[in-house]
Amino acid sequence: MDNLFFTNEHIMIRNMVREFADSEITPVAQELDELGKFPRDLVDKMGELGLMGILIPEKYGGAGLDMVAFATAIMELGRADASVAITMTAHSSLGSLPILMFGSEEQKNTYLPKLASGEMLGAFGLTEPDAGSDAGATKTKAVRDGDEYVVNGGKIFITNVGEAGVLSFTSQVVENGENLGIAAFTIPTNTEGLEIGPKEKKMGWRASDTRQLFFKDMRIPASSILGTPGEGFKTFMKTLTSGRVSIGALSVGTAVGAYERALAYSKEREAFGKSIHKFQSVGFKLADMATKIEASKLLVYHAAWMKDQGLDITKEAAMAKLFASETAMEVTTEAIQVLGGYGYVRDYGVERFFRDAKILEIGEGTSEIQRLIISREIIKDVQV
Amino acid sequence: MKIAVLVKQVPGSESVLPILNDETWVDESLVSFIMNPPDNFAIEEALLIKEKAGEGEVVIVSMGPDRVKKTIKEGLAKGADRAIHLEEDGQIETDPLSISKSFSTVLKEENFDLIFTGLQSDDTGMGQTGVLLGEMLGYSTATLAMETDVQSDSIRVKRELESGWFQWVKLPMPASISIQSGLNTPRYPSLKGIMGAKRKEIKSIPVSEHRVGSKMQTIEKVFIPQTSKQTEMIEGDADSVATRIVEILKTDLKVL
Repeated sequence: MDNLFFTNEHIMIRNMVREFADSEITPVAQELDELGKFPRDLVDKMGELGLMGILIPEKYGGAGLDMVAFATAIMELGRADASVAITMTAHSSLGSLPILMFGSEEQKNTYLPKLASGEMLGAFGLTEPDAGSDAGATKTKAVRDGDEYVVNGGKIFITNVGEAGVLSFTSQVVENGENLGIAAFTIPTNTEGLEIGPKEKKMGWRASDTRQLFFKDMRIPASSILGTPGEGFKTFMKTLTSGRVSIGALSVGTAVGAYERALAYSKEREAFGKSIHKFQSVGFKLADMATKIEASKLLVYHAAWMKDQGLDITKEAAMAKLFASETAMEVTTEAIQVLGGYGYVRDYGVERFFRDAKILEIGEGTSEIQRLIISREIIKDVQV
Repeated sequence: MKIAVLVKQVPGSESVLPILNDETWVDESLVSFIMNPPDNFAIEEALLIKEKAGEGEVVIVSMGPDRVKKTIKEGLAKGADRAIHLEEDGQIETDPLSISKSFSTVLKEENFDLIFTGLQSDDTGMGQTGVLLGEMLGYSTATLAMETDVQSDSIRVKRELESGWFQWVKLPMPASISIQSGLNTPRYPSLKGIMGAKRKEIKSIPVSEHRVGSKMQTIEKVFIPQTSKQTEMIEGDADSVATRIVEILKTDLKVL
């Protein structure tokens, strides 16, 4: 056993995803990044392997695996290409979990088998121009009209939505003139009144699909709602903690990808008659990188394991996401430093990890929000 | 169609290979093992034949200590139906004749239509087991199959010969065939395959029930080849220098 949280099956999953990523993703990662090309054929292949439905139960066609399995798969994909990894991650956690956890049986049967096979991609719309960290400030409004809701508003920075078949999103709900608070809805992406903007031009995650979208008098059946408005929102937001664990895992993968390249280079590159790894300034840098990666990995797996035990992971998920994402930024920065000028040019592939790392400190709750969550959680335990 | 695939666990190409003090083998406790890469192609070919036929069974057969279960499970995760594990204690058997006798003892009751092996193992690289086993069981045999074409009671096989030549041979079944690497693209195990492998049967055969007779071949010494450099300055006129060069190429280097 090479990991405290692993069963034999986790090891086999890790090995399979690593082999797949090394053979199928790494060779095309630079090109996908350069062209900003969505990895459709890789998504299809991941679907065949069951990687698009890791968390979806077997009865809906998924693999029905746990968060530890999910985390290890994301780490291995992220080690090769963060764009491919975030496509799978956003689809599996925020794109699929709300339907699984709050959907009606009809919604589950309609969407989950297609999401599990990768035939359909899922997206989730939460962020708005004026509601990012403050998700409660959501302005999108769904007004009840008979058996339908009429939705107006818009969302920004939505992963996968240009390629997705199903979209879940949050909105205020107004019924009979009364604002019932925020709820989530699930709709097919070909719904009339849903307008999807052009692909954003990003610093990193360039091959992943990120877009703005608008709801213009979009009429949707009342049955599109997930759970109940108002009351359900806090519970709903809590499900996003799984998303934090997955971004933590992607952070570990991103850091490992850059670190391994820097380590290999430090053994090959010679200066002043010896390999640069033998200079303490480089060797110690690599030692720090390895140590922080190990700590991040343990935080992420521990949070995933706690989730699998049914425990509350509000604090642990925030800690794992915070530490792992800041580690990814540090490690990718230092990896470029180890490669020197070669690290700065695109051909060596390390600067891609650096560009891909920055968003990890922003998406699914900024570092500042994670610290806010952690500070609130730790003070709860203090008895005065 | 009942197909056995002989699968071996071998040291990975990136593993360390520390030699034991008595120089008889490597220290396996420090070695990282993987499925013998050529066997991957044999498994894939067997699965493709079964899938094309729409029925049948693919059985992974492996010999070795407890560690080989990991490799067996990989084969099951890729889609094989069940497995037979010929257990070994202590140092593994390296004599292909003894190994083949063990396999034939266990497999003669199974009546496989086809037995596939990889072209050779990445550790001892002898490439004999499939042919020896085939002979012992009275099967037809062929080596280095680059393409297979199963017919009702026979199999056509495209064999790789020397110098870019190929040969199609038709073998009556049952047959034992070694599979050339690269003839197909081995699949990855899917998540469902990995989870499903837990429920598949691995039949264990204790060493006392398969090891027969004494071995004909043992390993004398395992060592890392020493590299050395020798320089001979050839002096004299052009004719004598040329004569000496031809002699070296013919007798020392044996390239002429």
